[in-house]
Amino acid sequence: MSGSQFNNKVIQWFDDRLPIFSMLQHSAVEYPTPRNLNYWWNFGSLAGLMLVIMILSGIFLAMAYTPNEALAFNSVERIMRDVNYGWLLRYMHMNGASFFFVCVYIHIFRGLYYGSYKAPREVLWWLGLVIYLTMMGTAFMGYCLPWGQLSFWGTTVITNLFSAIPVVGDAITTWLWGGFSVANPTLNRFFALHYLLPFVIFALVFLHVVALHTTKSNNPLGIDVKGPQDTIPFHPYYTIKDLFGIGVLLMVYLGVVFFLPNFFVEPTNYIPANPMVTPPHIVPEWYFLPFYAILRSVPDKLGGVIAMFGAIVIFFFLPWIDRSKVRSAKFRPIYKQLFWIFALVCVVLGYIGSQPPEGSMVPLGRVFSVAYFAFFPLLWLISKVEKPKPLPQSIAAPVLKGASVGHAAQPMEKA
Amino acid sequence: MANMSTHTQGLPPGDASRRDFLLYATTAVGVAGTAMALWPFINSMNPSADTLAMSTTEVDLSSVAEGQAITVTWRGKPVFIRHRTAAEIEEAKAVNIGDLRDPEADDKRVKKPQWLIVVGVCTHLGCIPLGQKAGDPRGEFGGWFCPCHGSQYDTSGRIRKGPAPLNLPVPAYTFLTDTTVRIG
Amino acid sequence: MMRKFLLSTMAAAFVAAATPALAAEKAELEHHNWSFQGVFGQYDKAQLRRGFQVFREICSNCHSMKLVAYRNLSALGFTEDEIKAIAAEKQVTDGPNDQGDMFQRPAKPSDHIVPPFPNDQAARVANNGALPPDLSLMTKAREGGPDYVYAILTGFVDAPAGFKVNDGMYYNQAFPGHQIAMPPPISDEAVTYADGTKATKEQIATDAAAFLNWAAEPELDTRHSLGLKVLGFLLVLTAMLYALKRKIWANVH
Repeated sequence: MSGSQFNNKVIQWFDDRLPIFSMLQHSAVEYPTPRNLNYWWNFGSLAGLMLVIMILSGIFLAMAYTPNEALAFNSVERIMRDVNYGWLLRYMHMNGASFFFVCVYIHIFRGLYYGSYKAPREVLWWLGLVIYLTMMGTAFMGYCLPWGQLSFWGTTVITNLFSAIPVVGDAITTWLWGGFSVANPTLNRFFALHYLLPFVIFALVFLHVVALHTTKSNNPLGIDVKGPQDTIPFHPYYTIKDLFGIGVLLMVYLGVVFFLPNFFVEPTNYIPANPMVTPPHIVPEWYFLPFYAILRSVPDKLGGVIAMFGAIVIFFFLPWIDRSKVRSAKFRPIYKQLFWIFALVCVVLGYIGSQPPEGSMVPLGRVFSVAYFAFFPLLWLISKVEKPKPLPQSIAAPVLKGASVGHAAQPMEKA
Repeated sequence: MANMSTHTQGLPPGDASRRDFLLYATTAVGVAGTAMALWPFINSMNPSADTLAMSTTEVDLSSVAEGQAITVTWRGKPVFIRHRTAAEIEEAKAVNIGDLRDPEADDKRVKKPQWLIVVGVCTHLGCIPLGQKAGDPRGEFGGWFCPCHGSQYDTSGRIRKGPAPLNLPVPAYTFLTDTTVRIG
Repeated sequence: MMRKFLLSTMAAAFVAAATPALAAEKAELEHHNWSFQGVFGQYDKAQLRRGFQVFREICSNCHSMKLVAYRNLSALGFTEDEIKAIAAEKQVTDGPNDQGDMFQRPAKPSDHIVPPFPNDQAARVANNGALPPDLSLMTKAREGGPDYVYAILTGFVDAPAGFKVNDGMYYNQAFPGHQIAMPPPISDEAVTYADGTKATKEQIATDAAAFLNWAAEPELDTRHSLGLKVLGFLLVLTAMLYALKRKIWANVH
């Protein structure tokens, strides 16, 4: 990456010594981006925006929050009632977590649909998964902080998962709690980690972007960029497109913040934590529900925990499970069906996770858990037998001609 | 091929300037919106409603005998209330105002001559001066003596000697009855 | 075709998943038209004052409301002096004084609403073993919010034949399990409204529920009015960004 030339002498002087402006120029201005990215590609930057909103609102909330079991609940209520605009910061943070996950889930499923996990973007994909896992940890610990009934019992249930580990399980759980149940030490350390992890996520996002700018963006056709005619500079084309997307997201997000702030919240969490009374129905936040359903579907404690973590870990191997050289599902008729079925399975698992584990929900949970895991061997199988549709010659060709993609017949994209 | 200038050239004349106008207008609206969005964050650090609600203190003075002083807390700071003797009042009034570092007449600093009410924070660097308790040093002028850097205040709480630049400030207060005062 | 079907199924499943606890086990709550619902919704101050009167004369004999301070009542239109007088009716423990003793003094506007019992144990003893819950967040902490509160207050009916109501318990059709330790708190004319409104049981329940909603969400009025301004602004900004995007992309497509 060679230094850029700037007209402004001060900028040039600084850039010769620390090439920040060159970096910006390369990665946010000139960065050659495929010209055919659709709106699904907006969700990466939207997730980034949500991360910034979460960190900002979180820092200001932390100035008024007290991580102590006797004071935490009331300190949150003091934020809601007495701190200037505290209710706004708190509702932004609380709902921001949900919208962060919405953006990230769409971002992940976009990657699945268009084969963005395939060579040469495996490390980019891994980093994304690590970000997702760190987000889950951060969100889980953040949910503990208001110290309501679900905060307390959610923390109890999830930390108890670790007791399933043979031999050292109990020791680990005790270590996590800093005591013999979820109590003040747990709350205190969760607050410390909840404050730390977003900055870890921020660093991971930086690496994610570096990896992206090394391999360059995938695109809806899934074919490689052939030359400059296939790309446009990031600025102004994608900056303005991202900004427009941000406007739309903010309308939906702030619409919820101002008018339905408790839409994603279980009312039970407005009851202060009581270690002596478990609420009748414990549900995690919606973004954990599919995995919660998988956990409950396995009748064995350790097996359930393994299945739950396995459901995420298996995604790390996706670049090798899927052996098709074609990236985009546009040209993979069978994979396309499989993708939508998988997406549906995830949503249904989420619904099952939100219901009490009784009646038809138990067998349904098992069937759909099996369906979830069946996706991976099926993907491996079809990636061998599927006959992809012909790929277009280049990105520019169909875009410029405005013709349908199938015209420029070419059997297969090279790896 | 794709950069802004080539595109601008490709457009009919007038379109480019219309786009420039739109660009400037959108930027202005966006910047204004971002600035406004920052306010809730900044304002959240200002005193909250419960803090403001505690910003007045009512004090019953009936038990403070002449010559005695009490310290009350107001907005997290000490407030000195001294029941001055006739001699102390006389001393405070007799000072030639022109000689003072921070010229202020005594009757401008009290509402009732026998009650002197000042914020007990040295105007130098924020220490709390001595002189409230019976055995405390009160300095050469019979008021207060700051142990940190030796500032000395008189019986009207005015700075007379030492590094402090200003008199001890008088908080806003009102007498609700003869012996009850509300500070703040 | 397949995709359309899948998409619509997903949408349906999402809506179902997003609607928490569909009223399968509980009777459907009767929905009221609250003045504070919807994007333009605001509290009706006269109603809140009536609700506060109900709380003060009836609910507060057993229930606390610890998160609300007397000073907050200014949002209901009470003057500073009225608030002082309301607060001064209750005694709070303060201290220690210069003698090292704790002492009783009248509550001040900056104090939080004084609970009827010094602690939970005392509350249980006085209420037949049951703890009357704090009402500060009641409408947020129960499915159905103000509708639920209304349903509970008006839900005391005769138990159906064969339903065994335990000693010291009352039958309530809206309460989960139908046995509630709270005796029927309100009846027609249980209060005499200062503003002359006819105090039917339904009126009292409605006003109390509205007041509890205010206690739980005192920021609602500001939230709604600020929200409208913010969304209006974003609508304009997003439209401008879209126009600019169209212009910039005009010759890429």
